[in-house]
Amino acid sequence: MLDDAKPPQTRPLVAVDNLKMHFPIYGGLLRRRTGEVKAVDGISFDIFEGETLGLVGESGCGKSTVGRALLRLYELTDGTVKIDDYDIAHASPEALRKMRPTMQMIFQDPQASLNPRMTVADIIGEPLREHDAGSKLEREDRVLELMDQVGLNRDFANRYPHEFSGGQRQRIGIARALALNPKFIVCDEPIAALDVSIQAQVVNLLEELQDSLGLTYLFISHDLSMVRHIADRVAVMYLGRIVELAPREDIYAEPLHPYTIALLSAVPEPDPSIDAKVERVILTGDVPSPSNPPEGCNFCTRCPSVMDVCRRVEPTFQELRPGRYVACHLFEDTANNTSESAANGAG
Amino acid sequence: MFTFTLRRLILTIPTLLFISFVIFMIVKLSPSDPTGNLPLTIPPEVREQIREALGANDTLLVQYGRWLEQFFWIEPRVYLERSFGWDLGTEGEIRLLSYQTRSPVMDLIMQRMPQTLWVVGVAYLVGIAIALPIGVISAYRQYSVFDQVGTFVSMVGFSVPPFFSGVVVIVIFSVLISTDSMFWLPSVYDTTHQVTDWESFKYQFRQMIMPVMVLALQITAQISRFTRASMLDNLNQDYVRTARAKGVRERTVVLLHVLRNSMIPVVTVIALGIPSIFGGAIITEQVFKVNGLGQLLIIAIQGGDVPTVQTLTFIFAILIVLFNLIADVLYGILDPRIRYD
Repeated sequence: MLDDAKPPQTRPLVAVDNLKMHFPIYGGLLRRRTGEVKAVDGISFDIFEGETLGLVGESGCGKSTVGRALLRLYELTDGTVKIDDYDIAHASPEALRKMRPTMQMIFQDPQASLNPRMTVADIIGEPLREHDAGSKLEREDRVLELMDQVGLNRDFANRYPHEFSGGQRQRIGIARALALNPKFIVCDEPIAALDVSIQAQVVNLLEELQDSLGLTYLFISHDLSMVRHIADRVAVMYLGRIVELAPREDIYAEPLHPYTIALLSAVPEPDPSIDAKVERVILTGDVPSPSNPPEGCNFCTRCPSVMDVCRRVEPTFQELRPGRYVACHLFEDTANNTSESAANGAG
Repeated sequence: MFTFTLRRLILTIPTLLFISFVIFMIVKLSPSDPTGNLPLTIPPEVREQIREALGANDTLLVQYGRWLEQFFWIEPRVYLERSFGWDLGTEGEIRLLSYQTRSPVMDLIMQRMPQTLWVVGVAYLVGIAIALPIGVISAYRQYSVFDQVGTFVSMVGFSVPPFFSGVVVIVIFSVLISTDSMFWLPSVYDTTHQVTDWESFKYQFRQMIMPVMVLALQITAQISRFTRASMLDNLNQDYVRTARAKGVRERTVVLLHVLRNSMIPVVTVIALGIPSIFGGAIITEQVFKVNGLGQLLIIAIQGGDVPTVQTLTFIFAILIVLFNLIADVLYGILDPRIRYD
């Protein structure tokens, strides 16, 4: 089921540095700004060319916000995002529009993300028209070619989205994303709205396309088994921060962060004899509100191995071993003694 | 689509017949006397003769049957004869006559129609032309100053009735402003005014401003609210994000993707509002003395003029039923998800 891990990549295609995405909350009689939801609160990571980075976490932890912020579908609060060495976080609208062909997105809801009043050919062909790619005839050819590529019957070109099944709609969404030969695609829970039987088809299609076109994916999902199947590296998010980032094999074999351990222990095990032996880590309490996160480590309110320092000092996101990043005080002294004492002194 | 329209059209026939019967009974059973507005010096036996001559003393079913024959059989043939010069043998047949004026009701309506269409129709167009941009911008810049002002004006337009706003603008533009000022506007709409040259056009324009704007305020309020709500619904849809991710220009996103989808309910509201144009804005026509259909209806009600009231109300009913059907068909054309088969 698992494919071989790909050789280490050379160049980061996407470089995210200290990305912050805060949404203002307005309240009171005069609708003043009374606070903000820290949906994404300072995360940094790279995505290498040709790899798939899986982004997992529970609902509301900011996964989708990261995906949208990477393509600047939101105005970022802070931080930089470089795609192909081009800072898109501070690009002008027109420059950004010119950049769009490089980066695309596949959305979660294949029904809502397609304009109900446009035919399939229009939906797939619109990016070509907007970016002046070829004559009308060439564009039509390209649309049909894309439909072949994602396994849609050419005869469906003039139908409307509502006439398709969920899996077919997601194929339309994929064809649309591929239209301009992007390098980087954000897959925002592309299979969450699909039947299990269709999920595998769509994921296999995504993998085939990656192999043939050399695409780079950010694969956002809460389906840990599916991420294990498709991703090369996995990042785990909790309350707007990345708590652990590691190659797939390592993170599934030996999760380090207590949250990752709890998350992975929740994956169902098909063999009942093993399942009975597996000890589940049950987290108590609710996720704190992202508008008012706890002081120190975000996970300190639910962490089974919480320490005093966790409630005071924010852990740093550091490279524990080559390729393995984790943000937790449990590992701070072994990896970076000086920074902890410095932080302690400050706290 | 065609079979659907045809089936619906056939279904409207019993509906309309039923409506006409209900209207007839309501008008007829209400205590009103066609001779009530005549001078008091007319002795009762003469009044009785007048009623007899009008046919108001026949049994209700006979009167209703006569109205049906006149409206559906005689009047259409008369108009066919007039427009094509044919001879369909209407000579000597009694047309649908008004109790008050003794002239054919349909001719009265045809005389009044242009005034109403001009004033109320133009108000409707002006209202839509103002409302759509306001709705689009208010939704796109939700909670901005523009949106707040737009909301306030819409609320005013919704809540202030035309008999108040009409009088207020008359006080301002016809009374407080002196007659020789270029901002002075006539408060009485002159129906006999003919547009022949630039000067007379300017006068026509001036006398239309007030009634048109008073009506347009209400129409704008309603349609801009609808447009705003519908735009807001669509602006947050995923497909809008898709369009942005495609790298579509912001103008195209708003005008092509969002507006086209938002117009579906708005167009229906506009279509459903068109019968009210013909109904004439009864109150506004009274305030500005426009001799339109609304005013005709008021006079007919006051005079106990059953055939006129009956015919006018029935024509409004036809238009309402018809535009309901048109709205349904438009929905099917505009929204590919809706198909009538």
